[in-house]
Amino acid sequence: MNIFSIIEELEKIDPELNERFSPRRAAIKNLSNYGSKIALAALPFALGSLFTKAYGQTAVGDVTGTLNFALKLEYLESAFYNTALATPGLIPTADLAAFQLIAAHENAHVKFLQNVLGTSAVAQTTQGTNGTYDFTAGGSLPNYFASKDYATFLIVANAFEDTGVRAYKGQAPNIIGNKVVLTAALSIHSVEARHASHVRTIRRGTTATPKSWITGANDTGFAGIAANYAGEDNTMQGGVDLTTLINPVTGAKFTSSVITEAFDEPLTFAQVLPLVSPFGVK
Amino acid sequence: MENLTRNNDLLIEDESKLNAKIQRRSFLRYAGVGAAGVGLLAVASCKKHTDDPMVSATIDVGGGDIGVLNYAYALEQLEAAFYIKVVASPYSGMSASELSAFTDIRDHEVLHREFLKAALGAAAIPALSVNFSSIDFTSKASVLAAAKGFEDTGVSAYNGVAYVMQNPAYLTLAGKIVSVEARHAAFIRDMISYGSFADSTVVDTTNALDLSRMPSQVLPIVAVYLNTSISANQLP
Repeated sequence: MNIFSIIEELEKIDPELNERFSPRRAAIKNLSNYGSKIALAALPFALGSLFTKAYGQTAVGDVTGTLNFALKLEYLESAFYNTALATPGLIPTADLAAFQLIAAHENAHVKFLQNVLGTSAVAQTTQGTNGTYDFTAGGSLPNYFASKDYATFLIVANAFEDTGVRAYKGQAPNIIGNKVVLTAALSIHSVEARHASHVRTIRRGTTATPKSWITGANDTGFAGIAANYAGEDNTMQGGVDLTTLINPVTGAKFTSSVITEAFDEPLTFAQVLPLVSPFGVK
Repeated sequence: MENLTRNNDLLIEDESKLNAKIQRRSFLRYAGVGAAGVGLLAVASCKKHTDDPMVSATIDVGGGDIGVLNYAYALEQLEAAFYIKVVASPYSGMSASELSAFTDIRDHEVLHREFLKAALGAAAIPALSVNFSSIDFTSKASVLAAAKGFEDTGVSAYNGVAYVMQNPAYLTLAGKIVSVEARHAAFIRDMISYGSFADSTVVDTTNALDLSRMPSQVLPIVAVYLNTSISANQLP
């Protein structure tokens, strides 16, 4: 990826990002002013050094790969909600506004990531069959759009949002120290968590009973998506066995429910891909 | 807790881990001899004859990864103290399911606090003295408004400071906590106004990014709830 195009793309979205950009961006922008002081041959090195200082230490290739992975997931979520909104009779009136908001967010995430990636962005048409997804995941789910099966749609939404949270979380170390990209990715990550919380709240109003936070591993009441929740029942954090800690409020040890609810677990790219590839993510 | 930390090699070998402690030590030493040159730390003057001189001194969270974790520890202390009080003295008309949810959230925040305390070990800042006099705990509206503020601010705080972290394990830990705070935030917002879980006051409509705030923006917001003065002079 061309370093100039990255800077250009980042600058394009600068107005929307306000203060999220490093003030040192100005140093890059004004680099031409220093032209007379820097020998031409030294320019690439100087640029690379500036870029590292301003945007962190991660290799550019990692950032591109990470963002394209995120973009593929956003393509899937975006198509999922857009299809739902285009299916009359699926979403009850009471929940329509919420899914319009969630769809708008996913569409905005797609556009945002495309803008950041510029010409390096993976095209949506490379996903699924010429850009069309199989929302039955190869027949493992009923065709809930055709049958207007809202309960199943909610389960899939529940799984997509929780898995999206896990996927973004898992990518954070790949963009560590990168003020612009990491902050943006985490700011998407927490929006997905807000979505997950609300979808779970909606489901609580139906026959299902998940809390807005994840209890244990698969708490969705649907065994078919157990793999999406593998490892969510982890009780070790940072080398500390949380089951040994005393809750000073109750005087008893923290329960495994509390422990697993209080920490969401990451998934790596290799772990997420098998979960979304049946839908067409490549 | 310190043994646990040591045994697990957590936070060991991090040069910055002692920042907060050293500063407090410096303060205590200087305060002890009545030196005049401690203005930076002793922003609030030390009360005479107090049992704990730290109550009225500014606590700096330190720098680097440990500074970020102590900053998180400070915020989690605040949230835990708030929800402990919410559950201990429920607002009038709190339903059983609301009490259950607030008990969940209380325990999550207390666990975040206890975990960070255990993980930081000797590098942890002291317990903070909170001041919730601006919150009417008998009023559902007052409690929910405060809860929304704590959760949204917490999310923005983790989002904004994460880039400072250099240790991938600590960054991941912060990520594990912040999404739970976001779940809380959405839940509380839906309690206040159903459907406001991610409205445009926290998620911008153009890029759909959640708010992110630097410590220098967050600390003035939470200062009203703290008797203890907190600074993050080594963080952005």
